[in-house]
Order: sequence, then structure tokens, then C-alpha cells
Amino acid sequence: MTDAGTVTPGAEDARVQSTEAPAPETGAVVMTLADVAVSFSGRTAVRDVTFDVHAGEVTALIGPSGSGKTTLLRALNRMHDTVRTAAVTGTVLLGDLDVYAPSTDATLLRSRVGMVFQRPNPFPTMSIYENAVAGLKFNGVRRKALLDEAAESALVAAALWDSVKDRMSAHASTLSGGEQQRLCIARALAVEPEVLLMDEPTSALDPIATKRIEELVVELKDRVTIIIVTHNMQQAMRVSDRCAFLLMGEDKAGELIEYGPTAQLFSEPTDPRTLDYVNGRFG
Amino acid sequence: MTVVETPRPTPAPPDVRGRLRLPDRGYRGILAVAAALVAALAAWFLVSIIIQAKPAFSTLGFSWILQKTWDPTHGKYGLLPFILGTLEVTAIAVVLAVPIGLGTALALAYLVPARTRAALSTTVELLAAVPSVVYGLWGLVVLAPVFRDTVEPFLTSVLGWTGLFNGPDQGVGLLLAGVILFVMILPTMVAISRDVLAVVPNEQLEGAMALGATRWQVLRKVVVPGARTGLLGAFTLATGRALGETVAVALVIGNSPYIAHSIKSPAATIPSLIVNNFGEATGTELAVLFGAGLVLLVIGIAVNSVARWLVWSTAGPSAGATAR
Amino acid sequence: MTVLVDLPADPTVERRRAVQAAAASSLRRRKLASTAALGVCWVFLAVAVVPLVAVVAYVVAKGLPAWNADFFTNSTVPEGIPGGGVWNAIVGTMVITGIAIVVTVPLGLLVGLFLAESEGRVAAALRFTADVMTGIPSITVGIFGYIAIVRNYGYSGFAGAFAIGFIMLPVIVRAGESAFRGVPTSLNEAALALGARKATIARRVVVPTALPGVITGVLLAVARGLGETAPLLLTIGGNQYLQWNPTKQMAALPTTIYNSSSQPYADQVQLAWGAALLLVVVVLVLSIGSRLLAARLRKERR
Repeated sequence: MTDAGTVTPGAEDARVQSTEAPAPETGAVVMTLADVAVSFSGRTAVRDVTFDVHAGEVTALIGPSGSGKTTLLRALNRMHDTVRTAAVTGTVLLGDLDVYAPSTDATLLRSRVGMVFQRPNPFPTMSIYENAVAGLKFNGVRRKALLDEAAESALVAAALWDSVKDRMSAHASTLSGGEQQRLCIARALAVEPEVLLMDEPTSALDPIATKRIEELVVELKDRVTIIIVTHNMQQAMRVSDRCAFLLMGEDKAGELIEYGPTAQLFSEPTDPRTLDYVNGRFG
Repeated sequence: MTVVETPRPTPAPPDVRGRLRLPDRGYRGILAVAAALVAALAAWFLVSIIIQAKPAFSTLGFSWILQKTWDPTHGKYGLLPFILGTLEVTAIAVVLAVPIGLGTALALAYLVPARTRAALSTTVELLAAVPSVVYGLWGLVVLAPVFRDTVEPFLTSVLGWTGLFNGPDQGVGLLLAGVILFVMILPTMVAISRDVLAVVPNEQLEGAMALGATRWQVLRKVVVPGARTGLLGAFTLATGRALGETVAVALVIGNSPYIAHSIKSPAATIPSLIVNNFGEATGTELAVLFGAGLVLLVIGIAVNSVARWLVWSTAGPSAGATAR
Repeated sequence: MTVLVDLPADPTVERRRAVQAAAASSLRRRKLASTAALGVCWVFLAVAVVPLVAVVAYVVAKGLPAWNADFFTNSTVPEGIPGGGVWNAIVGTMVITGIAIVVTVPLGLLVGLFLAESEGRVAAALRFTADVMTGIPSITVGIFGYIAIVRNYGYSGFAGAFAIGFIMLPVIVRAGESAFRGVPTSLNEAALALGARKATIARRVVVPTALPGVITGVLLAVARGLGETAPLLLTIGGNQYLQWNPTKQMAALPTTIYNSSSQPYADQVQLAWGAALLLVVVVLVLSIGSRLLAARLRKERR
């Protein structure tokens, strides 16, 4: 039984159909990837990526380092646009918007698909408040009421409001690492994107801060669809509803090996390579 | 020219050091002597200037610095016209150099393709290598007629309402000197600005981009503020250069010892005053020139020190090393 | 009985709509502003490049005609008499700069080595002093040269060399320190472990490795020294005849240019252009040469 939106199995490809065992809520498809490949100066970094992202879920991109997870993630909000040597092929759909169509404006796209980075990167010359509303201001929002409301809502959602509400004009650098990352999450949330991309958001944080962010991710998925890159399998198991497993192939290019609900991927994966990975046979 | 700073070598182990003591001490001794010589030279400089400038202040007091009449034959030594001239010509140069320098630096750091970046940066920086006297010659012989016949009439017709453009179009004067000075300080402004703009961490740019900012928004709201201390340093350094420039300004400023009443007026600066009058000055006038030299020195050192501190605190000790 | 409850609109969805509306409606304005601002930056870049091209072009165009046999072999002659040259100024510049280099380079490099090997307050103070020295207005350096030398011994090439050397010294000190600091610690320690004396290490290890940086720094300092005019105006006294003896008054290229520039006689101005071209060629060759050298040596180091 195939879920609407997953690919049909092919004998030769490595793509695997999702069997949809005990599925969580069946969200509508919010993003579709078809045959996505990214190359730099002709050298392929990741290829043959086809899967769907469902609304209200956390989709994790997992796999050992070098498998192209981050490269793939950054293709979803066209971050490779500024890299002259980069070429992205295939189709990425956000709803019915073709992300890479010439008529699609990248800056507008990024107001709908937000991103949180590996190392917290709050703007150092701006206060906490200014950081929170930075995205809104970039997008032309001027109305103070809307700015304040969105900032507060986002900071509440990022579990930061109580700590900072009395020092909104303090500099972002006065926050701890974990708090800074949550500020960055709030900053991204304030723009009310439909999808939030997270690139290993906890790898630069201590275990306690990591745990809080993981809790946050699970809380946030009602509000925004999340795609998270993580090299930590346990984290993937803890936070995600679906996983996409990528692995570097013989040609040094990453490829999608398997995609499906997290529980199933970790307990009864279809591909032997997935089994090896989740059993820790390689890192 | 950026250099990676490595930690000093660790001292030699004790037994080796015992054996090496004598020859090493000779080596260290020579270095120390050299360092002492340079320190002594700097001290000698400072002492000389102060001692020679002292008579001006002991006989004339301090008020002459701010008086506006310069007439040595009648014993009047007002420095004000020259102080104002120095400030005015520097202001013109800086007002032009800041936006144009910043825009150029942004272009070099973020807009120009990587391949042509080095060539273009070098072209701008080579402006600094051209001797100032050549700029003076070019300004006097080439630009002055153009200013007199074309630029000044045009500016007067467009901006005359500001009241800054009264008087005849002479070519030489504050405006021309300011423009020449602008060309001369531009490479300093650009080289340092480019260095400090380029070191704004990439992750901040990406953060802004990911929020939906346009390229200009990224530059304006993240890059420039992120480099603002260094930019201030570049601005201050360029100002310091402008304040001390002598021959180029002396050739094109018209050398009039009166306070300028228009941007087109001939004027004079402290350096041009000194260089024009030093040869024949004697007695009180000479003492006054020494005093003026001290005034200039104090201003120049103060501005320069602030600038270097500002630049270093952002981009490290070798930023702008290729610029003067 | 069904009760129709009027649910409040989901605030998140409302905000999303508002943000998207603002984003879409402001897009055109924002993109236009971006294109315009970036365009202005490009224009400014062009503005920055134009003067160099213009100055060099003019100097070449006006200076080249002045270059003839007389120009290089004769000394300056009074106004109105043809056949003047700048040979005396060339000689003067060579002698003055030569003396300055011979004294300043070794001294500056030694101090640079000292600073590279020292930490602590003394070194910091010296470093600060060298930095302050680079910011001293050149006319004040000329005044110092006058006070120190001319007052006691009269105008001379030596006085000029003293002043030029004073200007070059901090540049060489800082460049030297940079170059010597760039020497990897491992080389130093390896040599020490082999029992080499510190002086030998400096000679055999530090100096050769730092040589490229040193040469570059020296070339740049020389280029700077060649272009300085104001200090010379107050110290060398000028001389329309050929003079090789630095204890006497001399001529120099920058001062000749300065003095001839404002003359009303066409051939004097012509002379000025010719001298300017010569000076610009030498200075640009040194500047560009030092950059190329630095780049090539940096590549070789990889």
C-alpha cells in the first residue's frame, strides 16, 4: 500500500517505497522533491533524491558525513544560488510552486522556507528584539503592532520569551549558546514560514541545550513543517516522523537510499545499507 | 598581505642554554642596541620639535593659534586661516571619500567576480603609490583649467543657492585641493574598508539571506554594521593622511593666507604654510612655523593612533597593510 | 442540537497571511532598491579606477615627449634656455635614497627581528612607537631634519637622506616584524634542538624564510621614500648643478618637479612632466614588482 505522493518502486533504483505501517497523522504533502541533484563545477555532490515532505511533520535527513545531507537541504531554499559553481537539477515543489523556475523569486521563497544553521548566528550588532524582527523587516513588514506580535509569538514558541522579555534591547551576544540558537529559531519563525529547514542545529551545543532544542522541534511541528539534518541517529529517532537516509556512493556522490516513517526505518528497513547504518556499523 | 601569527619559539632547554649563553647574548645584544637606537631617534624627534616650538608659545602665548590675520611683516601670526583651510580641504576630501570609498570597497569585497578582484583592488591601491607631487602637478596643469572653465561654472549654476559657491572661478582653490586630496586618500579608504568588510563572517550573511533579504539588504543591515568599527578606522586613517598632505595641496590650493569665504576660494593649509615660508623665515616667524608644525604633529598623531586602534580591533594587525 | 461555534482565526495563519502580503507587495520596491544601490557601488568602483588611469595616461602623454638625450644627461638650466635636463636630480635622488636605504634597511630589519622575538611591555611600546611614526606628517619630518642636521651643518644630501630614512624606518620595522613572525615555529625549534646558536638560527633559518616578506616590505618602503617631497624641500637646499657629494646641497626628482610645476615657462613644465614620468615609472615598477614577488613567493611556499 503506497502513500499518495511516494514514488513507485523501480527495480534498478535505490529508491524504496514507503509501506506506511503505523503512520502518524497523514499530513498533506507540502514539498515534493523529484530527481534532485546538486553538483559543483560538474562534480556531483548529491543525486537521485526523490521524496515528499508532509505538513505538520518532522522529516529528518540522516546518514554519515559526506552523504550530501546539508547540500540537499540548502538546495531547498536556493542557498546555492550565490555559489557560482553550483548547479541544481530536478524539481523541487513547494505546494504547487516550482522552486527553481526562472519566474520564482528566491528572496520571496525564503520567506516561506526558513533556515536555522549549525552554529547559532544571531546578528551581533542587533539587540534581541531587532534580531527577532529582522526577517520581518527584510520582508517589508513595517507595522509595529505586527512586528511586536510576531516577535513575541516566535519567542514564546522558541521557549525564550520568559528569559528575554525584560531585556529585549540587550545584545544577542549576552545569551548563552543554546539561547542564541533558540533566538535564531525564533527569528526564523517570526516570518511565519511554511517549512523550516534545520541544519544540524544542535551539533554546536551542550547536551542540556540540545535536549531543549529537540523538545522544541517536536513542539513546533504543529506550527511549521520541519526538515532537519542530523548525523545523530538517536536524535532522529527522538524527534522525527519520517526519515530520508542518504549515503555516499562509489562515485563520491550522495544518494537517497531509503525514505519512510522513522519507526519503520529504524526497526525494519528495506535496504541492507540502511540496516547497517542504523545498527551503527558505520558512522 | 596577511600573515599568520605564530607563537614565539619556546626557550632552549637549560643545559643547551648554558653552553649557548655567550653567543646568544651577543645576538640579543645587537638587536637590543638597534631597538634602543630607534627608540632614541623617536625621542630625539619629539624633544626637538617641542623645544623648537616652545619659543613661539613663550613669546606669543597661545592666542595666536586662533587669530585670523597672518601678516608677518606687521608682526601678526594668526594661524586660524590655515587651521580652517586644513580642516576645510580635508572635509571636502573626506565627504567624497567616505561614500565612494565605501561603495568601491563593497563592490570589491562582494560584487566583483573573484577572478578580477585582485587586479581591480591592485589598480585602486596603486593610486597610493603615485607620489603626491605628481598629483600636485597633474592637478595644477590638467585639472585646474578644467575646473576653472567647466566644473566650477557648472557647480555654481547648480548649487550656487547654497551660498558656498560665491566668487570667481579660478580653478585653484579649496575645491580643487579637496578633490585632489580625495583621489589621494581614496586608496587608503578602499583598501582598509575592503579588508574589514570581507571579514564579516559568512554565517551572518547566510543568516540574513535565509530570512529573505535582498543582496543590498544583506550588505546594508548586516555587513556594513558588522564592520563598522573597522570602517570608522579606515575613515579616521584616511582623514589623518589628508591632514598631513603637503605638496599636492600646496600646488593647487592657491596659497592665500585669508579665511576662505567660498569653496572656490584660494586658501592655505598648515603644511602649505610651512613649506612655502620655511626657506626665508627668520626669528619670530620661524618660531611660529615650528609651533605650527607642533600643532600639526599633535593632530596627526592623535588621529592616526585612534584610527589604527579602530582598525586593529576589527580586522587584525595586518589589515590594510598594503595601503599606506 | 448543533451549536455553531465561531472559532477565532488561528493567529499564526493570520500573521502568515499578513507577512506574505507585505513580502509580496514590497518585493518590487526591495529588488529595485537593491539593484539601484548595487549599481551605485559599481559606478563608484569605476570612479575609483578612473583617476589612476587618468593620471598615468597624462603623465605618460606629457612626460614622454620630454624624454630625450638632453633630459637624461644635462642638469637643470635657467628658464628660457633650452636643453635642460634632470640628470642632477636623478643623481641626487639616487644618492639620497641610496644612503637612506643603506642605513635604514639593516637597522629596521634588526628592530623588526627584535620585535618578532619579543613580547612584553618594552616590545609593545616600541611597536606602538613605530606605528605612531608612520602617522607623522611628512612636513614635520622635514622640520626635524632641518633642526637636527641643517641647522648645524647646512643644507645637504645627508640631511635629506636623514629625513627620508626617518620616514622609511617604521615601514621596514613593521614589514620586517611581520615577515619574521611568519616563520613557522617548527623551523626555529628544530634548529635549536640541533644545538644551533640563536644568531646562527637567525641567519640560517629565520632570515631566509622571511626573505620574501622582507624584500617586499623594503621595496614598498623605497617606493614610499622616493615619492616624498616635503621633507626634501626643507633639507637638501636644491642645486642646479650636478653634485655627487652628499655633504653638499643637492637636487632631487620630487623637488625638481615641485619647483618646476608652478613656473610659467613651458619648457620648465615640460621638464616637470618628464621627471614625473620617470618617478612614476620607477615607483610603479617597485610597487607592482613587490606585489608580484609577494604573490609568487607565497605560491611557492605552498
